Amino acid sequence: MFSLPTLTSDITVSVNDSAKLTEAIRRPIEPVGKHFMHHAQRTLRNHTWSEFERIQAERNVQTVDESNVDPDELLFDQELADESLLSHDARDWKTADLYAAMGLSKLRFKATENQIIKAHRKQVVKYHPDKQSAAGVGLEQDAFFKIIQKAFETLTDSTKRQQYDSCDFVADVEPPKKGSKYDFFEAWAPVFQSEARFSKKSPVPQLGDANSSKKDVEQFYSFWHRFDSWRTFEFLDEDVPDDSSNRDHKRYIERKNKAARDKKKTADNARLVKLVERAMSEDPRIKAFKEEEKKEKERKKWEREAGSRAEAEAKAKAEAEAKAKAELEAASQASAKADKKKQKEAAKAAKKKNKRAIRNSPKEAGYFGDADKAATIDEQVGLIVDSLDDDQLVDVAGKIKAGSVKETFQEIAGTLKDSGKLPASLLSYFI
Amino acid sequence: MSSPVIGISFGNTSSSIAYINPKNDVDVIANPDGERAIPSVLSYVGEDEYHGGQALQQLVRNPTNTIINFRDFIGLPFDQCDISRCANSAPAVEIDGKVGFVIAKGEGKEEKLTVDEVVSRHLNRLKLAAEDYIGQKVNQAVLTVPTNFTTEQKDALSTAADKVGLKIVQFINEPSAALLAHIEQFPSEKDCNVVVADFGGVRSDAAVFAIRGGIFTILATAHDNTLGGDNLDAELIEYFAKDFQTKTKTNPRKNARSLAKLRINSIVTKKTLSNATTATISIDSLADGFDYHTSINRMRYELVASKVFGKFGEFINSTIKKANLDPLDIDAVLLAGGVSFSPKLATNLEYTLPESVEILGPSNANASNYPNELAASGAALQARLVADYDEDELKEALQPIIVNTLHLQKPIGLVDSEGNFVPILLAETSYPVQKKITLKKASGDLLIGVYEGDSTIEERTVDPAEKKANEEADEDESEWSDEDDEPEVIREKKYTLSTKLMELGIKGVKSGLELVFNINKDGKLTVSARDLKTNQVVKGEL
Repeated sequence: MFSLPTLTSDITVSVNDSAKLTEAIRRPIEPVGKHFMHHAQRTLRNHTWSEFERIQAERNVQTVDESNVDPDELLFDQELADESLLSHDARDWKTADLYAAMGLSKLRFKATENQIIKAHRKQVVKYHPDKQSAAGVGLEQDAFFKIIQKAFETLTDSTKRQQYDSCDFVADVEPPKKGSKYDFFEAWAPVFQSEARFSKKSPVPQLGDANSSKKDVEQFYSFWHRFDSWRTFEFLDEDVPDDSSNRDHKRYIERKNKAARDKKKTADNARLVKLVERAMSEDPRIKAFKEEEKKEKERKKWEREAGSRAEAEAKAKAEAEAKAKAELEAASQASAKADKKKQKEAAKAAKKKNKRAIRNSPKEAGYFGDADKAATIDEQVGLIVDSLDDDQLVDVAGKIKAGSVKETFQEIAGTLKDSGKLPASLLSYFI
Repeated sequence: MSSPVIGISFGNTSSSIAYINPKNDVDVIANPDGERAIPSVLSYVGEDEYHGGQALQQLVRNPTNTIINFRDFIGLPFDQCDISRCANSAPAVEIDGKVGFVIAKGEGKEEKLTVDEVVSRHLNRLKLAAEDYIGQKVNQAVLTVPTNFTTEQKDALSTAADKVGLKIVQFINEPSAALLAHIEQFPSEKDCNVVVADFGGVRSDAAVFAIRGGIFTILATAHDNTLGGDNLDAELIEYFAKDFQTKTKTNPRKNARSLAKLRINSIVTKKTLSNATTATISIDSLADGFDYHTSINRMRYELVASKVFGKFGEFINSTIKKANLDPLDIDAVLLAGGVSFSPKLATNLEYTLPESVEILGPSNANASNYPNELAASGAALQARLVADYDEDELKEALQPIIVNTLHLQKPIGLVDSEGNFVPILLAETSYPVQKKITLKKASGDLLIGVYEGDSTIEERTVDPAEKKANEEADEDESEWSDEDDEPEVIREKKYTLSTKLMELGIKGVKSGLELVFNINKDGKLTVSARDLKTNQVVKGEL
């Protein structure tokens, strides 16, 4: 540290008004660290240094004030939870409820280290043999105090505490009785909450409520199905004799303890698996999800089959159409057939009529004046008619109707003879 | 409890994550493989993704599907990226104008990954490692970036992080983070100038800081994208390759795989040599079926790599010059980054810089043993700090009007009893500022002269001739004193009084005096002196 020069002239304040600081440069400062944060606060709120200091100081005082009222005190038991502890044999301290002895029966496994220390102090002040003897209890009746000391020893050692917590069955919450009526969430939430204390992983997902999302529910059950528990059962071990006289016996006990522990651990794991299975089977949400899934599946199936359904419909329609068409066709065919038949018959009849008309024409024409040759004419006309084809028949019949009977016959006889259908000898009359 | 905010330092070569554990200590988080400096490497084999050290191993067998050195590419157009860094790994190609990588997925399938996607995946792996370690979901982080990262690059990083459910609450500069971590570990109220030198795998960055009342100001920064630990590796590889060639008449440099094997083992050897004085290197079937086995000592290594070490020294010196400062103005050099483990780096710097400069490397008792974790630790510390602020508050605090402040250009101080200038507020002090000093021994009538000072570097030449003259009188001529003939130059930093600002007089001080120097945001200087006993106050304003 340096020292200041002594005052030679009589001045209190003399400011060199003409002096000016060298022009400052604006630079960014690094926005890190608590000093920057303080700077930012000061600048934002326009605090002066002294104001800021006062605010900081006030804040510090506040935190001190708050801690004066100890919130932990309220969580401790005001009175001993179990009066029978007072007469508990100190040698059997393992069977005593250590949390109750410490006045932590409400907190149990939730008690923090600090709370344990505080509670212990409180209990010691109350139950120390010296205090008790002042109240008229014999000095040698210090069993409960010993239990408190044992409890403190157990609960402040993290390994021992874990072992004790593992076997703290008072903190276990039993699942609701099967068959009884209960609200699923109200009954099961505390069960899972108490089981959650054994989880190696945190956070443990919560059971949630009826409105929990499917993902949450699935996550919850998958967590519990794969639950990794630190629960151990060392606390229930039979005491291993510490005298070294009988080593074999000692080892035997150790082995027995280990076997018993393993058995208990397996049983505990099995119990948890069963518990989770049961909860899952009773969970109304899982049921709802399954139902929903089923519905969804059906809907999907319905959607998936929509294509084939449309196809089938189209096919049926096409079939019906084809059938109708076929029927229509058959009907039209039948009618056409009938028409044809009629036509044929009509043509036949016309033919017959024409033939008759031609046959009868010589007779009607008076055999062209040659009545004596009537038989020959009839015979020859018959031959002509028989050898005429349909067209010729119509032609001839038309011409005969017109009147020129003989000429017609002559003409046709000529044609027939020329075509070689009839020999001239058989048509002698007309040629 | 709300989820913790973690600090991430994301480097080209390796990344670290840190958080403040419930005991209020900084915990640098190890990934499931136990690595605290997690290599920033992603590798793909078929459908599997490897990350960290496991992916690094793939560089030998599966280099084309292993992505390294991708950090600097984010948010930059393809043509601005130096893709030669990826020469020994998955080649960088252009995808949508950005850097990307093409990864074979087996059965002839290929996947195109943009650098954003790669960064997302890398950050996701870091996030998972942190969650695994803490046992809680993590969704907020403070990320460190080099000082020359642009806003676009930060935005791109932010988007990539958002994609995997990680919100970046604040970006902080890597050197600031390192300095913050250092100051937290070794608290000091002293105002000083510090060079933070971060020597990474493929790049080196340095920044000159002025620390004034706990507030950091960067005076200059420098970046060298071609200088880094890889250069040391290259020298070592070259040395081993030559040695191997003389022994076996085979050149391991011709074969990419041999080179990759050599590289991985050289890196291991280099790291070993930072802690031990000798190291062995043994590689089965390095090239053409020949094994390679040899040992190397630290001295040899330092000789081999002396050129590179020299460059590191030059780099720091050039940065100091860039800040318009003299090495004498610097109080300390804080070494960060993986290269800082090399003892030679610190000894080299001690040699080139004046004695007054403290080298804060792993060998110094007043510095962290893990220089590569400084940035992540600093980020975690900042994360704890910002966790107490809500988003709007933080945003307001980062406004330019608050961040950009005025800085004194010349020191302000007092005259002591010998008439010398004693600086109280150093140059580059940002204001508003308040500084209190207590003089416990002060008594009597005292004069407080407040001046602005000038700092000059004084060179004094000590002529060895006089000495010699004295010697001659006593003894015979000594022939070995040749080198002493050159005059020795002693450089010293001196302050001189410049402008007188004000004088305060205080009478009858019994025991102790408290002086308060205050500059408000408009540059108004107030000096007040308070008698500790009588609470008498004398105040002057300029």
